Amino acid sequence: MVTYGILHEELGRACSSVRTLLTVHDMIAHTILRWGGAGLKERWLPLLAKGEAIGALGISEPNAGSDINAVETVAVADGDEFLLHGQKKWISFGQIADLYLVLCKYNDLPVAFLVERDRPGLSVEPINDMFGTRGSMLALATFKHCRVPKENMIGKPGFGATVAQTALGLGRYSVACGAVGIAQACLDACYEYANSTKRSGAFLKEHQLIQQMISDIITDSVAARLLCRQAGAMRESGDFQDIMHTFIAKYHASTAAMRAADRAVQIHGANGCSPSYPVERLMRDAKIMEIIEGSTQIQQITIANLGFQEFERQKLMAGGDSAGHHASAPERRQVEFDAVTQ
Amino acid sequence: MSEYKQIVRQFFSRFFRTDGLDDADDVFAGGYVNSLFAIQLIAWLEKEFSITIEDDDLQLTNFSTINSIAQMLGRKVGVVVPA
Repeated sequence: MVTYGILHEELGRACSSVRTLLTVHDMIAHTILRWGGAGLKERWLPLLAKGEAIGALGISEPNAGSDINAVETVAVADGDEFLLHGQKKWISFGQIADLYLVLCKYNDLPVAFLVERDRPGLSVEPINDMFGTRGSMLALATFKHCRVPKENMIGKPGFGATVAQTALGLGRYSVACGAVGIAQACLDACYEYANSTKRSGAFLKEHQLIQQMISDIITDSVAARLLCRQAGAMRESGDFQDIMHTFIAKYHASTAAMRAADRAVQIHGANGCSPSYPVERLMRDAKIMEIIEGSTQIQQITIANLGFQEFERQKLMAGGDSAGHHASAPERRQVEFDAVTQ
Repeated sequence: MSEYKQIVRQFFSRFFRTDGLDDADDVFAGGYVNSLFAIQLIAWLEKEFSITIEDDDLQLTNFSTINSIAQMLGRKVGVVVPA
């Protein structure tokens, strides 16, 4: 998993759209491998592994945004089949995908289905002219009486969100590592530019305010990389706390990438605002990292709540009551972090 | 086996207060947990008991209560767990 992260960092360093292709494709393959039935594994995993089929994730919706508990797409039982109705938006590589993992509700319980591209009742429209990761081939998928066999269900009703979390956990880790790659690419560009550009009679690298920005990018990048390595090692070992640390890594890495891009554009001056220089694209792509696989704000809420949860546990172990009262069940409920605007 | 129930309860207590939680209480319906908790619970069960939660196991009847989790554990490791 650490090696996987390094691969995604290097891809992110070059092109976030290419990294995104691998991310969403892997999310589907990983989820089928983890929770798919024997038939689904046999049919799809060889094709996905060889790249002969492309996978994409259908979770976000026009009205639900990043809240997976608010999905409006529904599945209605019809004999041994289900009819899907609803829309999924911001599907990365949805334009070319052969297979979609779709989260919907069945009798008000979350449930996940695999839906093949050629299913009657599924239509796919491209979403173009996005601000960043412009090569991600986003799509809007509409399901109208889209009939899928029960064998395409992954997990059982009630566990759709858990199935989705399997995909999202991997995606969050990939995005975190990709964001480190963006920060590194910003640094690479700044080294080149500051080393070869003179202002006020001296190379930019000799100006102390430039050095300050470079040092900030370096420090942020190194910290983000280490957080990703730690999260990767925890994921590899099967540590259930990998989720918390993947959140931390994603939060820091995505915001670090944005800070790095901001400084990189500043160092480049007007050139940095031009598509002739890479930092312009890096800044647009960095912003996307703060939104996909859970926005920065979702990460912050989740990390803080997990932190307070641990605080309360430690207080209880010590025999005290951190809040001096017994919280109700809804108060105890962990904040859903299930955010995934692709 | 009550030992399983106790171990599961201890894991639950990492996430929420369990002093008012009965072994037969539905933790999903009761609003105690969400999908984030479920994925952590699965990872913990697999590592703690050296088992694999399969796709067929992923249903509410196996995870809704401390009793049901303990019974699933019992099936996985070949021990009968009384309800």
